[in-house]
Amino acid sequence: MAKLGEIAKYVRSKNAGPFWITIDIFCADAEGFERIANAPGLSPRAIAGVYGISENEIRQFRVPSLYVFKISFPRPTAQGSPGDADSHAGQLFVPLLSVDIDQEP
Amino acid sequence: MIAADPVPVCKILVPSGVLGAGCPEEALERGVSLVPDCIAVDGGSTDSGPYYLGTGTSKMTRRATKHDLKQLMLARDRLQVPLLVGSCGTCGTDSGVDWMADIAREIAREEGLTARIALVYSEQLPENLLPLLDAGKITALEPALPLTRERLLECDHVVGLLGYEPLADAIAAGADIVLSGRTTDTAVLSAVPLMRGFPVGASWHAAKTAECGGLCTVQTRQGGVMLTIDAGGFDIEPLHAANQCTPYTVSAHLLYENSDPFRLTEPGVILDARDAEYAAIDARSVRVTGSRAEIRPYTVKLEGSGATGYRTMVFSAIADPKLLARFDEWLGNLEAFLRMGISNVLGIGGDDYALEFRPYGHGALIPPAPAAPPHEVGLMTLVSATTQEVATEIARYCNPVLLHFPLNLDDPLPSFAFPFSPAEVELGRQYEFKLNHVVHLERPDQLSRTVIETIGEPAHG
Repeated sequence: MAKLGEIAKYVRSKNAGPFWITIDIFCADAEGFERIANAPGLSPRAIAGVYGISENEIRQFRVPSLYVFKISFPRPTAQGSPGDADSHAGQLFVPLLSVDIDQEP
Repeated sequence: MIAADPVPVCKILVPSGVLGAGCPEEALERGVSLVPDCIAVDGGSTDSGPYYLGTGTSKMTRRATKHDLKQLMLARDRLQVPLLVGSCGTCGTDSGVDWMADIAREIAREEGLTARIALVYSEQLPENLLPLLDAGKITALEPALPLTRERLLECDHVVGLLGYEPLADAIAAGADIVLSGRTTDTAVLSAVPLMRGFPVGASWHAAKTAECGGLCTVQTRQGGVMLTIDAGGFDIEPLHAANQCTPYTVSAHLLYENSDPFRLTEPGVILDARDAEYAAIDARSVRVTGSRAEIRPYTVKLEGSGATGYRTMVFSAIADPKLLARFDEWLGNLEAFLRMGISNVLGIGGDDYALEFRPYGHGALIPPAPAAPPHEVGLMTLVSATTQEVATEIARYCNPVLLHFPLNLDDPLPSFAFPFSPAEVELGRQYEFKLNHVVHLERPDQLSRTVIETIGEPAHG
């Protein structure tokens, strides 16, 4: 069991405009980056399962120069609309921390 | 010996990420001593939600805005270079531009400054956009929201995010200070280098890097940055002598708030930073080269906000371990009891209101709640209705139930913790962003209107 929260150096989430969320996973070194950027537990299908969204809406970016793996997808609820409890999507990364990155769900 | 001609450069002083956030005096002073070609700062964002555009009001206070604008107007007056403020009043509506212009006039009067000021408006009357909608000139961005005439007309305010051209036109027409309505953050910073013919890729990339002021530096609260653009790329350094930019902080900034960190869309252009190279010049400055730009058909993004109804909130707190051990069961019974009463006692049908519970400390933010009982729960109860009166009437009806609802029918009457009196808090009119669209334009200035005036002239007796 390798939880993302224990492997990554830092994880954050933020609105990218009112209709998108972007999650930045910062890794400590090249080894950590390779592991996280290719993790079965962070595949589009896995992320879709965690957030209850469609797999083909998920965009992923690998930035090896920064050891960053980035995941972006449309917000399930537009920012500030009724039912939105996190206006800046600042805590939306938290469910990812407990994902077992080595396990394809 | 004859000195070589100096390499042409364009220096942009970016004091902060947003006007009103403040720039330490010593940082600004140092920036001014470097003799920039312009001072440019963003004044707005959608980041704080749909309320500001829905109401046409500013998130930053007038006092904080005036403090920063005064600092910049005084610096501009000493340097005699253009000052640009984009997205005035947070949302960039016409009221936001007028609000900022009023502050500028007041500063000019108080400080004895004279300047030609351009007000560049970008608010759009929804009905004026209908012909563009009918002509198929408005298209959806992902995630696509269906756009109908009705949805457009539901917006209280619509703004177009201007590109750099209307700002550059205002400077070319002689403006010393440009106060623009909603403008892309980057266009405010790139207007002067682009109008002076500096490379498109480097200008947009520099602007994108500096759009949040000091966020691309090591110590993010020490003020903004100085951009120096030339024919081969750009340099960036913090304004504050004790702060640093590193290749890491500068390149990592493209991640922030961008869904795609490599390709960034602006009106009429896409910045492609995939092959950009970041090199340290010294311990506090970075040089960036290899930024590319792709010229595209000219599109301007639309932002629109309109009302969804009114809300009233009740916040109550619970720490009783017996209740918390069976919290979900209790809350389910409470909700059923309230809904029955709202229907039977108040005579308000289920379609005419919304009732939502957010048990903070028990999975409100990140469901599901863990199996173990929480230490305490803050229960936010939200009532929405088409008027504030109805929302508050329902919330007040809920009040005694939220205060006393027992876990078991035969329990002696319990009471929970209300943090204030009255317990109901009216949240007012609620808004949502209704547009995620672009409009295809024939000319960059098609959606903007510019007025130039001279401020600070002594009154004629």
